[in-house]
Amino acid sequence: MSSSTNAQMPTEGILIEGLTKRYGKGDTAVDALKGVDMYVAPGEVVGLIGPSGSGKSTLLKCLGAVIEPTSGRMTLGHDVIYDNAWKISDLRALRRDRIGFVFQAPYLIPFLDVTDNVALLPMLAGVSNRESRERALELLEALDVAHRAAAMPSQLSGGEQQRVSIARALVSRPPVILADEPTAPLDSERALSVIRILHEMAHRFQTAVIVVTHDEKIIPTFKRMYHIRDGRTHEEVGEGLAIGAATNA
Amino acid sequence: MINLAGRDILHDGPKFALTGLGLGLLIGVTLSMAGVYRGMIADGRALLDNSGAELWVVQQETLGPYAEPSSLYDDAYRSVLTVPGVAQAANVTYLTMQVRSNGNDVRAMVVGVAPGPAGTPGWPPYLVAGRQVTRSHYEAVADIATGFRIGDRIGIRRHEYTVVGLTRRMVSSGGDPMVFIPLKDAQDAQFLKDNDAILQGRRRTAENPAFNRAGSPAVLDAVIASQSVSRSVNAVLVTLEPGHSPDNVASTIERWKRFTVYTRAQMEAILVGKLIATAAKQIGMFLVILAIVSAAIVAFIIYTMTLGKIREIAVLKLIGTKNRTIAGMIMQQALALGVIGFVVGKIAATFWAPFFPKYVLLMPRDSLIGFFVVMVICVLASLIAIRAALRVDPAEAIGG
Repeated sequence: MSSSTNAQMPTEGILIEGLTKRYGKGDTAVDALKGVDMYVAPGEVVGLIGPSGSGKSTLLKCLGAVIEPTSGRMTLGHDVIYDNAWKISDLRALRRDRIGFVFQAPYLIPFLDVTDNVALLPMLAGVSNRESRERALELLEALDVAHRAAAMPSQLSGGEQQRVSIARALVSRPPVILADEPTAPLDSERALSVIRILHEMAHRFQTAVIVVTHDEKIIPTFKRMYHIRDGRTHEEVGEGLAIGAATNA
Repeated sequence: MINLAGRDILHDGPKFALTGLGLGLLIGVTLSMAGVYRGMIADGRALLDNSGAELWVVQQETLGPYAEPSSLYDDAYRSVLTVPGVAQAANVTYLTMQVRSNGNDVRAMVVGVAPGPAGTPGWPPYLVAGRQVTRSHYEAVADIATGFRIGDRIGIRRHEYTVVGLTRRMVSSGGDPMVFIPLKDAQDAQFLKDNDAILQGRRRTAENPAFNRAGSPAVLDAVIASQSVSRSVNAVLVTLEPGHSPDNVASTIERWKRFTVYTRAQMEAILVGKLIATAAKQIGMFLVILAIVSAAIVAFIIYTMTLGKIREIAVLKLIGTKNRTIAGMIMQQALALGVIGFVVGKIAATFWAPFFPKYVLLMPRDSLIGFFVVMVICVLASLIAIRAALRVDPAEAIGG
């Protein structure tokens, strides 16, 4: 697998087969994931829903290459990245180049302006400052926050901050974006706006998007969802309502 | 690549500047302490340089005249003058005391200088105002640091003197400014007793049958006369004729005249190695403590600043920032704090040095060493924060 910045569009999404995660050993061992199967196609946005303690965060951390699963298989694009062991050596580069993160709070770097918050990732990957900023501005334009490009994060509204964090997640053109409760701190209107943006961007960049959420407002917008209970996923077909319809729902 | 440390500093500019200011004042104190030590050495050297002597002839087996009391007969210089290689030999007395003027008194070293032409050893080598002492009694030349002015009347023991000249940088090894008076007056000030004591002494002598013999009244007069005059000085300052080795001349005087003689190098070793040694150790301890305190403060500040960014660091690590980049950011901030602190400290020390009562000599070499020490302290202090940052789990950025 190449760890360089991935400029080409992803084609195969993310495939998870029989993923398990056990914390601890012996009598105190806890099985947080007991065989998760999941597939998200390029350009698709799926919801990952479940009660507290069901294993959502553990699954997200495994998908984000932050913690190592115990067994199973994960395929990202054309590359098997995990098959009972990591198949790549540089997890940091994997996260930087092939996985986008959107957090519950935007967690923008407070001492960088909006452009540099977005441009930081390609810069870290060795892309020139100029090109990184061009990419950042292009995305900020697409997300309708280009007019705040020179602002500091503290000067942005919550919705603007979340859009900037989406731009940051997209700037390396990753095949997959992991969104951890991205609408939790937002009101209904802004929450749906963020979900609409994620749908648009997923479609535009053919990125597979997994949205972990509790948010009743946005659940109807998913065409497909995974319910996670007791460490196992159950696929469900969602309503897939248009954002406007969801607003009225 | 963006300079993350620089951006963070600019973003938190006032906080960072105030922190740097506080650290800078501490560094300024440290540099001043080093300056005090250098000033003491410079004062010692100035004392030796300004005496104009190449050899110091002192009482046998003493470290006089600056480190220990030394007493010689005031005609000793005549025999020293006969030694081959000696160009000039002049008596000198030193007495550190309070000198009165206009109701105040000033701690000063009173130097009794032998009469002679300009350039006689012991005389102040230059004046900034007025003239040298030309009369045999009751005139004085004072260092400008005493605060005396030309025409001031100053009191030394039982007599008053008129300040006729001012000189500069004429100080004792302890940094006390000098007051030069005629040798005879200085001998009186140093060795002569007060009137009551003289009367008591005469009475005691007269009551002693060994001195007051019937039929020999001249013996008592002779004894009392010998007790009424001071014939002692502290040292004889010697200059050499060209081409003569100080060591050879010194050994000749020691061998034939039964004195102890010090060369310039030996006298400097006594001043720096013995007289200032304890003070130097004291200052050295202060420097070590200040360095430790500075290191602790830098470490605390950088550690606190890093803890305040734990979430951002977790995000940076999650999105693939290398540990090297994060460590570099913290270390650069520590170094920037050190640079700001050093600049502030250097300016502060330079600004307040003239206000110290004693000479504070800020040497560029010390500043350079100080700068590197500050940088090393900053690097070491940042290691704690770097360790904390590198232990941050990127998973902290993900909820749950």
